[in-house]
Amino acid sequence: MTQVVEEAPAVAPRRSRLTGGRALSIYSWLIIAWLMLPVLIMILFGFNDTPGRYNQTWEGFTLKWYGRVFALDELTKALVISLVVAVLTAVFAGALGTGIGYALGRYRFRGSGTVNLIMFATMSSPELVMGASLLTLFVSLGVGLGATTITIAHIMFSISFVAVVVRARVLTLDRSVEEAAADLGANPWTTFWRITFPIIMPAVMSGMLLAFALSIDDFVVSNFTAGTTTTFPLWIWGATRVGLPPQVNVMGTLIFVGGVLIAVVSSVRSRPRKNS
Amino acid sequence: MLAPYLLILPGGLWLLLFFVIPMVTMLSLSLQQGDIVSGYVFTGHWQTYVDAVVNYRTQLVRSLIYGAVTTVILIVLAFPVSYWIAFYGGRRKPTYLFLLLLPFFVSFVLRTISWRYILTDEGMLLGPLKSAGLLPDGFNILGTPVAVIGGLVYNFLPFMVLPIYVALERIDPRVVEAARDLYADPATAFRKVILPLALPGVFAGVLMTFVPASSDYVNSAVLGSSSTTMIGQVIQSQYLTSSNYPTASALSFTLMAVLLVGVFAYARALGTEDVMKVAAR
Amino acid sequence: MQSNLPDPSLIRGMTQRRLGRRDALRVSGLSAFAMALAACGVKGTGSTTPSAPAPDAVAKYWAGKTSNGTVNFANWPLYMDPEQPELKKFTKATGVAVKYQEVIQEMGPWFAKVQPQLAAKQSIGYDLMVITNGIQFKQFVDSGFLAPLDHSKLPNYVANADPSYAKEAFDPGNVYTIPWTSGMTGIAYDPKKITRPITKLADLWDPAFKGKVGMYSDTQELGNFGMMALGIDPAKSTPEDWKKAAEKLKEQKAAGQVRNYYDQSYVDALGKGEVWITQAWSGDIFQKNVSDGTDFKFVIPEEGGTIWTDNFAIPITAQNPVDAIKLMDFFYEVENAATLAEYINYVCPVPAAQAKIKEHAAAASGDDKSALEAVAASNLVFPTQADYAKLHYFRDFATPAEQQEYQSIFEPIVLA
Repeated sequence: MTQVVEEAPAVAPRRSRLTGGRALSIYSWLIIAWLMLPVLIMILFGFNDTPGRYNQTWEGFTLKWYGRVFALDELTKALVISLVVAVLTAVFAGALGTGIGYALGRYRFRGSGTVNLIMFATMSSPELVMGASLLTLFVSLGVGLGATTITIAHIMFSISFVAVVVRARVLTLDRSVEEAAADLGANPWTTFWRITFPIIMPAVMSGMLLAFALSIDDFVVSNFTAGTTTTFPLWIWGATRVGLPPQVNVMGTLIFVGGVLIAVVSSVRSRPRKNS
Repeated sequence: MLAPYLLILPGGLWLLLFFVIPMVTMLSLSLQQGDIVSGYVFTGHWQTYVDAVVNYRTQLVRSLIYGAVTTVILIVLAFPVSYWIAFYGGRRKPTYLFLLLLPFFVSFVLRTISWRYILTDEGMLLGPLKSAGLLPDGFNILGTPVAVIGGLVYNFLPFMVLPIYVALERIDPRVVEAARDLYADPATAFRKVILPLALPGVFAGVLMTFVPASSDYVNSAVLGSSSTTMIGQVIQSQYLTSSNYPTASALSFTLMAVLLVGVFAYARALGTEDVMKVAAR
Repeated sequence: MQSNLPDPSLIRGMTQRRLGRRDALRVSGLSAFAMALAACGVKGTGSTTPSAPAPDAVAKYWAGKTSNGTVNFANWPLYMDPEQPELKKFTKATGVAVKYQEVIQEMGPWFAKVQPQLAAKQSIGYDLMVITNGIQFKQFVDSGFLAPLDHSKLPNYVANADPSYAKEAFDPGNVYTIPWTSGMTGIAYDPKKITRPITKLADLWDPAFKGKVGMYSDTQELGNFGMMALGIDPAKSTPEDWKKAAEKLKEQKAAGQVRNYYDQSYVDALGKGEVWITQAWSGDIFQKNVSDGTDFKFVIPEEGGTIWTDNFAIPITAQNPVDAIKLMDFFYEVENAATLAEYINYVCPVPAAQAKIKEHAAAASGDDKSALEAVAASNLVFPTQADYAKLHYFRDFATPAEQQEYQSIFEPIVLA
């Protein structure tokens, strides 16, 4: 329905328009190919039959690294820490962010401006500065660093993203459904849980997924709040100094494939839903 | 009317404790003096700011330049892609958007390191060219501003494509038809109708890319050299190598102030509220 | 955020609201409140005035500590045969499992990483670590982060260690640390890229290698080379010398000589051809050549190299200190010291290991024999007095102010 150019009455000669469209298409596919290039290289080198610790040149095809994907204890441990932190972040940021998002979308109240401002600030502040400021806080308080402080930090920067997604959904909510429920004698609490919550649930879920994705991939903030604890990205960062083992490629590939599958499945399931 | 406050309380408290207060702690620490062993004491020592900015002004300016160049390249690269998806995507729009986001299922650090493998001096790209004698032995891409800005552009491209796409996608086809009916040629219709309506998306894209690109340190650390050092690297090194907290905090604060003042001024100057309403519909 | 999938509503959310002056006022009010809260400062953990540990510190620390059957060992890369034969042998002999992690690549980042945890009296997850003498070594000691060693638990060390180590200025009497190995900082280069022999520090300034020179990001390693290039002995240097050396190094950087300032990743950079000539640690290059079949050269420049010592230390919050000290002593058995030195090619703190390596050579044949003979005769593993005379020691900083001055002179070269 929005193929403006195709549907617009022909003014310019048809051929030139088609050429323009084709050029755009070729260009865009080139961009997509460029975006995929490092990912393909990463996947490829997970199959590299490299002998030592340096996985730099192609030595032949092998599947052995897939068999030994969990052979490096510390790497596996780092991945587990990343997953645990990401799940905790999704749950907590999901809950806290939904509260804020719902309040901002539903009510008009004094102080909402301040909340909006702080949210805007958390989303537009450089990650580096957020990580650094948390380090100064923890150092000033004399608390140690570790998985707990990483989780605290991840929840902090994820809350606003969840809140924004939920708020957008609440703003478009059709109030008349709730009013109907109230007219039929439901109390506000029942109305919320039976009517409102199911409607905003998809937004809460996508907010939580966003929080999960932000957390599992975070490097900068984790680097400042981790101490000697290593998450998956931190382990990779440390290991690059001395050569990345192929297991990193394998894990990266598996995460990639898993993420893509989840995304495809969830988009197929929600196909009938309108885009935004 | 306690409900909104109760809803906001837990999350708001979290943001207060772990966002607002740390900023203040950092401000306080930037005005303290001492050393890591015997501790730091608040002395209100403003000189730290002066010294830090004087010592690292090159990196600060360089970061802003890299950020700006990255943003401009992003606009140029992203616009045609967004345009193509919005106007030629048809039913496959979600698929194309998905393809653009696909690389993001791989860790940011890993993608950047992957570029390092591709671009390295005798790697898969330059190695064959050098052995074929097409490039001098000493030629390198890694370690140059090209590599660093290339990495930044690579990592932030979707953040520019998406907002422009959102703006373009919302253009009412009838508006363009009307322009055509009034005998505007395609170029004029583009310039007078599509471009102004796409601008809010561009502005949003700039907001989403300039700050993270200017304050990035991963790309310059992985792909750069001693002549491409960005302020982010200086800050992380002052914190995480030298344990020189006051200087590090002063630099962080300066960077934050410069970027946020820029963002706020930008948002104000463009009257973002009105412009964004278009994008928000 | 680098990697989220921006929902259109997110983009809207981020850009929707215009921020008013009233909001700014509110925030500044809030800040004033928290400012008062935070102006209390960061407490230190130690004192920078040198003081001997209390006489009963050792007894107090070790009282009631028992073996737990496991030890977490933080070391640098290229410091052990990847097969870890010595650790396997240790586990077999004692039943103590060793988790060996190559997590240290430079002293500054290592100290910064563990400092907040140690200051909070929290375990850093390691019971044993290898730290270099230098600025951070002093910070570890002054902060009270190192456990005092009980020499009665170190019989092999007492029997076999080169006694001169106990006289080193950074830890006299080996109160907190005992050496893992020593090593030299010199120059490594790729003879495939550089055909003439490299002999002098000045070669790092040779315009022929523009953009292909690697230098260390560690300020002491870097500063030392600047000073030695000017004929200054780093150990006796003054702030005036530092400034002169800094000028010399800035010159090198401004001329575009330096590709980058590296931690231990310089080995990787050399392997990838990013640098052709670089500051290097003596044993690394030997091991790189063995493990990857490369043919890099390592030289101690005519003007001299530096010598440093990497030391075993037990962090004060270690959970398994008894197992850690057991492992420390294990490496002072002559046989173990010998096999370690044979692989890593660093200066061995056990003089008797030289005879042991010769024994191993006599028992071996072919290539192994000549390789072992070379190690036994190597002045990189067993330097002679004449070699030591050519080597320079690190500057010891008397006060934190002096150390900060040093840092402030050399840091901007690495970063700016």
